[in-house]
Amino acid sequence: MSLRDGPLNELRPPLAWLAVAALVLAGIVSLALFVNDHRGSPLDDIRGRFDSVAGVAGGVMSAPVHWVADGAAAVGAYVDAGGQNRRLRTQLAQARRLEAEVEALREENGRLRAILGVKTDPPLPMVGARTVLDARGPFADTRLADVGSDQGVIEGNPALNDNGLVGRVIAVSRQVSRIMLLTDIESRIPVLIARTNGRAILTGDGGPAPRLDYLRTHDPVRPGDRILTSGDGGVIPRGLPVGVAVQAKDGWRVALDTDAGSIDLLRILLFKDFSQLVGANALQPGVLPPTTTDAPAPAPPATQPAAPSGAAPASKAK
Amino acid sequence: MPAGVVQPLNPVTWLGAPALACMAGSLLLTIPVEVAGVGLPQPVLAILPAFAWAVIRPSILAPFVLIVLGLFQDLLWGDRLGLWPSALLAAHAMGYSARPLLAGQGFWTHWGWYLAALGAGFAVAVALMFFAAGQAPDPGGLAIQVIATAAVFWPAWRLIETYEDADVRFK
Repeated sequence: MSLRDGPLNELRPPLAWLAVAALVLAGIVSLALFVNDHRGSPLDDIRGRFDSVAGVAGGVMSAPVHWVADGAAAVGAYVDAGGQNRRLRTQLAQARRLEAEVEALREENGRLRAILGVKTDPPLPMVGARTVLDARGPFADTRLADVGSDQGVIEGNPALNDNGLVGRVIAVSRQVSRIMLLTDIESRIPVLIARTNGRAILTGDGGPAPRLDYLRTHDPVRPGDRILTSGDGGVIPRGLPVGVAVQAKDGWRVALDTDAGSIDLLRILLFKDFSQLVGANALQPGVLPPTTTDAPAPAPPATQPAAPSGAAPASKAK
Repeated sequence: MPAGVVQPLNPVTWLGAPALACMAGSLLLTIPVEVAGVGLPQPVLAILPAFAWAVIRPSILAPFVLIVLGLFQDLLWGDRLGLWPSALLAAHAMGYSARPLLAGQGFWTHWGWYLAALGAGFAVAVALMFFAAGQAPDPGGLAIQVIATAAVFWPAWRLIETYEDADVRFK
């Protein structure tokens, strides 16, 4: 007896309705997941485990791509050796001219620092990383890098390539870390305009050039102004290169420095907070010398006019 | 397998195998490959079975397999969990609503409704991201991903052709 002739044929209406019910139930589950998911939720553990496995798979799958890219670069450099030699000679001549100027400026800078008593930040430790998986799209722009907590990476660490700031670490497992790029729709980074010291928030929207939001001060930015990290909030150190301001139809945007090169090889700064830069001892409350104050002057004679009602006496106001 | 050969509906073959193929394909597309300094577009492959399963027959299992597929996509891309399951279910619902109209129709009609399902899925994703991030994604990046996903319809059409006559109760 075929299925069509059997009693199961009667299942059609209930099954169709059950399918709709399953669809509605699945939709409710999905929306509940979305609403309740945020960084720091218990679901982060699932993310970490997934990233660990995906990192291994991505490392294996992307290895041939890296080999081909490295090989192509080596072949290209060999073929272009003559042209490269000419360019390097030109750059060397320019560098020699600049060297003397830099040396003079460095000496002057050192003297001025000594006069002003400026303390420079110590160099931050960093680890090199390679991206093994790459999510590009309007809803997420993240990379999975092949270093994790075993190498000292923690959430919030800034990631750079040769040209500037790429993004920051948003999730870490032992051997891999996920980096949210500046272009991700949920990326928000405090920045400053180098020329005016004006502050803004660099807001990613999934496009290639993030927006400059919440610009403070009047007329703080012009096309071509350098944009650096401001260090506000203490998550990312101050002064990392981000890009150049450009005028767009919907306001100011930033042409990222990292667009000039690949985001294949990265450096992750092991930056925790600003206390790392000055050392723990410098932040301890010191013992202040005792202060001595003179005895208050005797009250003036009663000939002075009385203070208006409600106003504090002059001695109290001080 | 030659075209036109009808396959019986075994959940492992019509749901499980396409789901695994989607996962493998999505993983492959996340390899960091750049051509002339530009990353390749990443289509949302899971929308293909989301549409095809709705057209083939009503299923209780399919929505839950779509949740699994969507969660895989979220974890792989670093999205908020629940974003792509919701979008895939919206595309599935759109395909399901068009099911009576698509019986006996050809490639282009199916592709037209696939575009509608694609639109529904991306509309839900945009709305959810607007809710979460306070802004809509960049239209340029969105257009690239929509076009890339629209262009890879052929596997969904093959899946529909293979299984659409398999369960005569729903013809």
